Amino acid sequence: MSHQVAARAEHLVKAYGAGAAAVRALDDVTVEFYAGEFTAIMGPSGSGKSTLMHCMAALDQPTEGRILLGDTELGRLNDNRLTALRRDQIGFVFQSFNLVPTLTAQENILLPLSIAGRSPDPEWFDTVIDTVDLRPRLKHRPSELSGGQQQRVACARALVSKPEIVFADEPTGNLDSTSGAEVLGFLRRSVDDFGQTIVMVTHDPVAASYTDRVIFLTDGQVRDELRSPTAESVLSRMTALDPRRARS
Amino acid sequence: MLRATWRSLIARRMRLLMSTFAIVLGVAFVAGSLVFTDTLDRAFTGIVSGTVGDVMVRPQGAQASTRAGTTATVPVSLVARVKQVPGVRDAVGEARSPTVYVLDKRGKPLGGQGAPGFAMGYHTLPAAHGIPALTLTAGRPPTRAGEVTIDPATAGAAAYRIGDTVSLLTAGTPPRITARIVGFAKFGQGSLVGATLTTFDPATAQRLFVGNSRGYQDIWVTAQPGVSDTELRSRIAAVLPRGVQADTGDAVAKESGGQIKQALGFITTFLLIFAGISLLVGGFLIVNTFSMLVAQRSRELALLRALGARRGQVTRSVLAEALVVGLVGSTVGLGLGFLLAIGIRALFARFGLDLSGTPLVFRARTVLAAYGIGMVVTAIAAYLPARRASSIPPVAALRDDIALPERAVWRRWHLGMILLGGAAGALIKASIRPVQHSTYVLAVGMIAALFAVILISPVVARPVLRAAGVPYRWIFGAVGRLAEENSLRNPRRTAATASALMIGMTLVSMMTVFGASAKSSVDALIADNFTGDYVVSSQTGIPFSPSLADSMAKVPGVQEVSRLRYSPAQIGTDKDALAGIEPRTFGDIVKIELVAGRMPAVKGHTLLVQDDVAAQRRLGVGSKVPVSLGGRPATFTVIGIFKKSPAILVRYLTSLEGYAAAGGRPQDTFVYVIQRGGADPAAVERRLQQIVAPVPTVTVKNQQEFAAQQHEQIDTLLRIIYALLGLAVIIAVLGIVNTLALSVIERTREIGLLRAVGLSRRQLRRMVRLEAVVVSLLGAVLGVALGVALGYALQRSQRDQGITVLAVPWTQLGLYVVLAALVGVLAAWLPARRAARLDVLRAIATE
Ligand SMILES: Nc1ncnc2c1ncn2[C@@H]1O[C@H](COP(=O)(O)OP(=O)(O)O)[C@@H](O)[C@H]1O
Ligand SMILES: [Mg+2]
Repeated sequence: MSHQVAARAEHLVKAYGAGAAAVRALDDVTVEFYAGEFTAIMGPSGSGKSTLMHCMAALDQPTEGRILLGDTELGRLNDNRLTALRRDQIGFVFQSFNLVPTLTAQENILLPLSIAGRSPDPEWFDTVIDTVDLRPRLKHRPSELSGGQQQRVACARALVSKPEIVFADEPTGNLDSTSGAEVLGFLRRSVDDFGQTIVMVTHDPVAASYTDRVIFLTDGQVRDELRSPTAESVLSRMTALDPRRARS
Repeated sequence: MLRATWRSLIARRMRLLMSTFAIVLGVAFVAGSLVFTDTLDRAFTGIVSGTVGDVMVRPQGAQASTRAGTTATVPVSLVARVKQVPGVRDAVGEARSPTVYVLDKRGKPLGGQGAPGFAMGYHTLPAAHGIPALTLTAGRPPTRAGEVTIDPATAGAAAYRIGDTVSLLTAGTPPRITARIVGFAKFGQGSLVGATLTTFDPATAQRLFVGNSRGYQDIWVTAQPGVSDTELRSRIAAVLPRGVQADTGDAVAKESGGQIKQALGFITTFLLIFAGISLLVGGFLIVNTFSMLVAQRSRELALLRALGARRGQVTRSVLAEALVVGLVGSTVGLGLGFLLAIGIRALFARFGLDLSGTPLVFRARTVLAAYGIGMVVTAIAAYLPARRASSIPPVAALRDDIALPERAVWRRWHLGMILLGGAAGALIKASIRPVQHSTYVLAVGMIAALFAVILISPVVARPVLRAAGVPYRWIFGAVGRLAEENSLRNPRRTAATASALMIGMTLVSMMTVFGASAKSSVDALIADNFTGDYVVSSQTGIPFSPSLADSMAKVPGVQEVSRLRYSPAQIGTDKDALAGIEPRTFGDIVKIELVAGRMPAVKGHTLLVQDDVAAQRRLGVGSKVPVSLGGRPATFTVIGIFKKSPAILVRYLTSLEGYAAAGGRPQDTFVYVIQRGGADPAAVERRLQQIVAPVPTVTVKNQQEFAAQQHEQIDTLLRIIYALLGLAVIIAVLGIVNTLALSVIERTREIGLLRAVGLSRRQLRRMVRLEAVVVSLLGAVLGVALGVALGYALQRSQRDQGITVLAVPWTQLGLYVVLAALVGVLAAWLPARRAARLDVLRAIATE
């Protein structure tokens, strides 16, 4: 396992609102994500997981702190540069509504590339398509695909531009366990076979067991970390951290 | 339910504002037209009622004044006879003319183009019902030749003062006279609507306008108090000789008022047609807006249903919203209509119809019409979306978009195709040969065609949008592809938005084709049929002094001078028109093809009749026809039939003697001049121009100038029509803005997603712009195509009226399409900005 840092957050603070109603969604978070690793972020609802992902993926600006993507510091970039960064160097998978309904699966997959005016590397495209097992579905629109297929299309889109890092916010949250396993298997393979860096938010200890490393977040702070997790070790760690809401 | 309605209105005020604006414009047009027409009506009623006595004694068959007037008179001796009738307080013989123009100090005619120049002998008798007639506002009445009064408004406009010398143009001989202003006089009722009023002493008026001292045009009678007009009329009628009749002033006023109203009625019709177009386009905007609002609110409405609201309640809540829009729109529209009426008044003032002296007339009818139309149009336009809203099943609360089932789109297609077939049939029928009521057949065909295309547009839209997608993808890549797909997302909505623009574009294109055809036809007509070298005419066909042609005949180098005199006439049972020509020379100037008879035979009481009319009226050579220009009818004999030709728009021709015999005045409407072979054209033209120089209402034009003048008239009319149609286009553009804005809101989440995966703000703006452009292009392409077809039908149907040549100005039409695309870019401005400003995360989080 290489230990080159793909992305780093330093003393990240994200505050919402002001005065008494102020919420610190992230409260001095310092964390590193390593290249070629599959990292899970876990924590109770409202602990700041999505906020961290959004800041890391250049979708939101932190109130304080620095974010480095490779050598690039996000805070220094304007909206156009950030957009280009999202397009070229970051892949993102949301929990739902990942696809443009008017475009076919293939067009959705190629969207970041075609927005950039780049043509895909055909071999890589084929590899990705075969990995997610979507070849017969390429001409279909999202409405003609199952939830699991839609998430796989979203994953393929996140990977096809060979981004530095992929962020996935509860990608299996809306899926049944079989479809979820398909998606997770695919993410795992892309880390193993292609050396992709992936950071995924999840609630599910089973999903977390697909990853190399789990980071636990509570009340906007990094509380713990676990390497080579299994479903059982994750569950026991979660229970230790928050006995009341172990499964929330 | 009402509270929910109110809440949602407040929440959607921006979107509703735009559709309200459509209603505002439509209602403003209706209200403005009505206010203007009512004002016009009052102004003319005022004038007309001030210009008749209690009883008027006139030549038999007299009609309220035509521009050309008639030579028919009542004998002077009759005035004394009438005065003796018991119940008559006073009577005066009158000599009047509607064609005496006052020149300003620089020699330019005062009053607008085409407004009459009234002149009469001064008298002090009151008008019917004791209304003051001529009223002296300053100075004294004219008492001898060389003295006049003019009306104070005209005096003010030209800064004339009492004691100044003024030049006047008459249609008699000499054409230009001068006189000293001794006073200012106006009609008691006030405004002259842009006309001028000159009074002369009675003897001079008689000399100028009757031409002899034996007769008067009419006798103005004032009743003694307590004697009714009708009673007095019968008493007078009893003493009148043959050939003279008496009418009450009211009857005469009604008659001439009716004529003026008829003549001006076209203004109302014209304006109301444009009001209708605006409302139709506005209706589309409303249907679209409400459809989208309902679609957006499907969840909320489904929730209402789930909570136990009945279908009717949901329908009513949407309709209630629409009615508020209608109410607000009508109110604002009414106010704006008032301003519009002021605008129209200013516009018409430029054409010589000056209504500034008459306050705007605001009748209850106008208010009712404004609210009625505004509310009804809104209610109708909102009904379909409202019904669709009520049919939302509670489970639909989870769906994003409520698409019309495909079946309905196809049902519209079939209906549209049937309608299109019918429309084509009607248009072909109207354009192949004039049928009975062909104007109506044409109008119905055009409206049917428009609706047919609107119905089939959702189906037609698909291939058109796909076709636009090819260059889009090619040039703009992913952004183009997204724009293409967005426009295809809901073809029915895209088509409805485009339809609004299409209506305006259709009408503009149709008028463009028709206007170009009219100009080409004029050129062809002049080239083919008109061999004269010069045309002498006055603005708007007012007759002018025959002395001008007399002088022209003496110019060296002039070979022929041929006069044409023209007047509305009663011919047999028809109200038609008669032209007097010079048979010897007319054929040299205008191509005329005789089916029967010979030109030289046209003299005295003889007529040439157009072949069509001859067939209709069963007239042949030898038929006898009574003809009158406003006096006792004379019997004419048909001695020839000529072929219908766009060069000769008159259907009855006679000689100049025949024209005089029918009561026509010796005043020329057109004079054609042919120069001798070897003559120097420049020298001839210079001499001709010198002759008309003192009469600035009359111009000499060579063939090109004559053609250019006709072009100018067509262009002026087209400009007015384009300006009015421009409103419909503006409403349609608002519709595009509205649709785009709403669809941006609908797609907030998707836009967030696109931004998240790397679409830049610029690209996003471009995407929205491209969507707008493709919608505009769809509207423009459909509109121009339909407009050309309708323009063609219009030209064909009017070829008997002289529009013989079809001209399709493709470059100009192509320019419209380009302009439409630019309009699309403009329409996308705000929605695109709004889309680009969306916060990525918040957009994604939107439900
Ligand atoms: N836009 C926002 N405005 C205000 N508070 C927010 C906003 N987004 C998130 N929060 C708050 O920040 C905290 C962390 O939220 P989030 O990162 O979404 O949690 P998680 O994804 O771990 O469930 C929560 O308390 C949430 O209420
Ligand atoms: Mg979350």
